[in-house]
Amino acid sequence: MNNPFSLKEKTILVTGASSGIGRGIAIVCAGMGAKLILTARNVNRLQETMSSLEGEGHIFIPADLTLSEERKKLVECTPKLNGLVQCAGVMNRVPCKSIEQTEIDSVMKPNFEAPMLLQSELLQGKKIEKSASIVYIASIAAKSPVAGNALYSASKAALISYAKCLSLELAPRLIRVNCICPAMVWTDLVFEGATREQLEKDQEKYPLKRYGKPEDIANLAVYLLSDASSWMTGSCVDITGGGD
Amino acid sequence: MEEFIKNFASEWDDTDSDCFTADCDFRQFEEWSSLIGLSILHMVDKKYGIKITPDELRSANTIKELYNIVQSKK
Repeated sequence: MNNPFSLKEKTILVTGASSGIGRGIAIVCAGMGAKLILTARNVNRLQETMSSLEGEGHIFIPADLTLSEERKKLVECTPKLNGLVQCAGVMNRVPCKSIEQTEIDSVMKPNFEAPMLLQSELLQGKKIEKSASIVYIASIAAKSPVAGNALYSASKAALISYAKCLSLELAPRLIRVNCICPAMVWTDLVFEGATREQLEKDQEKYPLKRYGKPEDIANLAVYLLSDASSWMTGSCVDITGGGD
Repeated sequence: MEEFIKNFASEWDDTDSDCFTADCDFRQFEEWSSLIGLSILHMVDKKYGIKITPDELRSANTIKELYNIVQSKK
């Protein structure tokens, strides 16, 4: 039987591939047969991800996606894509009364502006193949308020609204756009504003009694990138261990 | 140190500024909350360019102890 979940013959660009969920997605996609293009800022950590990938023909292109010149270089070096996972992002926990322009820029630029601009540039450069699948890593935070998380939540809500409009614009070419909204996943980001002890205690409140692992999110990304999800676009899939 | 205490105190809304001394146990103040803690982490980053981890903040009970952590990371 033909495996609809296979990523063989697919070339997939993953941003934020040097750590956390992005790295997990890259590793699992390679395991499912995809050829990966990895990008992130940190060369050493990108190389670590590269060394964990199964299969041949993967490349990495270091870039800071908030910088126009570096995005341009990335787009030029990127081959035609069957899949794109926009995973790069930051967390910055700031109480609302302390939010100033600097704080807005430090979150909205990497989490919202950069993915949107990269998307435009990949489309203008005709790098997205017909029937490709685009996945945005958003967050349950977009609709689950937590004190101190306003900027991060707003950036992810903005990303989701953008992705839903994009899905309509790309549907005529059968290019699909979906978002993944994870709850807490064990990555470096969760340590912003909380101690390990607090986090260990908090994960017990999840019905499945644990935070997610990057590979939990990666398996959902594989589904969304594969032909198994050919009738899905404009969707936002929560993956939360039962939490909210 | 004096300036640090002033900056520390400015993150609080309802606690009298006279309460903030180098040796006061700020966790005993009624207004203390994790959100105030977050404001203080942010203040230290913004005013002193130093990132304090939540664990480091947790290890400090007085303003002086927090000040010493900030100094040690300069």
